[in-house]
Amino acid sequence: MLKRSLETSYPSIWLQGEVSNLKKHTSGHTYFTLKDEDAQISCVFWRSRASTVKFTLEDGMKIQAQGAITVYPPRGNYQLDVVKVVPVGIGELQAAFEKLKMKLSAEGLFSAERKKPVPEFPQRIGIVTSETGAALRDIVSVISRRYPSVDLLLIPVRVQGSGAAQEIASAIRDMNQFGEVDVMIVGRGGGSLEDLWPFNEEVVARAIFDSRIPVVSAVGHEIDFSIADFVADLRAPTPSAAAELVVPNRIELLETLVNICYTLSQKLGDQIVWGQNAVKGILASYSFNQPRQLVAFLAQRLDELERSLSVEVEHSLKLTRSKYHSLRQRLESVGPGNILRRGYAIVRKGEGVVMSSQELQPGDRADIRFHDGEVPTRVEPK
Amino acid sequence: MSAKKIEKSFEAAVKRLENIVESLESGSVPLDQTLALYEEGIELAKWCGEKLQSAEVKLKKLSKSVEGKFEVTDFEE
Repeated sequence: MLKRSLETSYPSIWLQGEVSNLKKHTSGHTYFTLKDEDAQISCVFWRSRASTVKFTLEDGMKIQAQGAITVYPPRGNYQLDVVKVVPVGIGELQAAFEKLKMKLSAEGLFSAERKKPVPEFPQRIGIVTSETGAALRDIVSVISRRYPSVDLLLIPVRVQGSGAAQEIASAIRDMNQFGEVDVMIVGRGGGSLEDLWPFNEEVVARAIFDSRIPVVSAVGHEIDFSIADFVADLRAPTPSAAAELVVPNRIELLETLVNICYTLSQKLGDQIVWGQNAVKGILASYSFNQPRQLVAFLAQRLDELERSLSVEVEHSLKLTRSKYHSLRQRLESVGPGNILRRGYAIVRKGEGVVMSSQELQPGDRADIRFHDGEVPTRVEPK
Repeated sequence: MSAKKIEKSFEAAVKRLENIVESLESGSVPLDQTLALYEEGIELAKWCGEKLQSAEVKLKKLSKSVEGKFEVTDFEE
């Protein structure tokens, strides 16, 4: 009775208030309370509708919600079945964003030709963000894991509220004046559109554009683009992602090094087959015995890494390790001592090594050397 | 080029290594040069491996005084 009365009286209403108690259920449905100074109402936002929203709902956000009042009989409470939400104030900010975006785009601040390449192996990385925010912790943690042989240099700034844009812009200029960084990350973690606003201001855009040092932007959520993202030399969806973009992965690098050592030894081995005279000297030389030592050395690095790294990279390390084991076996098999054992043979005529089929004529005598001895032969007439 | 000369740049070391591997893979290098390239490659790879060993990220803070002088200090949380 009450249910019918309420649901027919309020089939569609607009309510304005602040989001609190936000819960995003794994089912995709979103539940929250909408409140103002003197009242509150539970809201339910079903998955099919919630998924169409272009911004991220957050606690504390001011919104206008459209929906119908429904009653949940088992508990006897009523709720707003939300159809549509609009952030309050979005209109003005959105308009300012679009206007500035068009202006800077027309001036060429976003053009691809003006973007600077980000170095592959930086030694010192500048960071412009809040010294208390999650962004800084995320960046430090990712870089510690992937490539700790770098220095990080932070200029702490406020990343929201009035004056933040000026601080960010001046930090970018200071970083350039200081000069001794290879690349810089500028950004903050996620927040409401208002929170992210400093990164949509012209003064920040111009500072990024004027920077000689390549700038990687890392602002907020994956789905939102800021003006800073458009101007930056590289745009990362989150601070953690920015950290992954600016440093290589040392496990992959070690793997590459092991591969290179293998290739080097194999190429040398190949040549040795053809240069039998050089074999004895090389076998005895210090340098020939290096690759095995080097593989052992790199393996030790892997061991150290395995001990020091967290569980999430362990899997990748195991893969590298098994590759390294098979490489070592292959490396050992290409040693000159083993080449003959692998089925190669050396053909000699007199004192010289026969390098080509053209060198042997019918009737020639030749000796074939195997790993376990020599066989004298004679070339048959054609 | 010795490993000492490229000490400043990991990038240059990796580039040179790739370069060496390419030359050797082309198959047109005589044996004595192969040996030299091989030794250089091994030395570079070892140097790179050592560089990757470094213990911990160093986080510092950059500040600028009113006179415009820069100061780098340890970061304390």
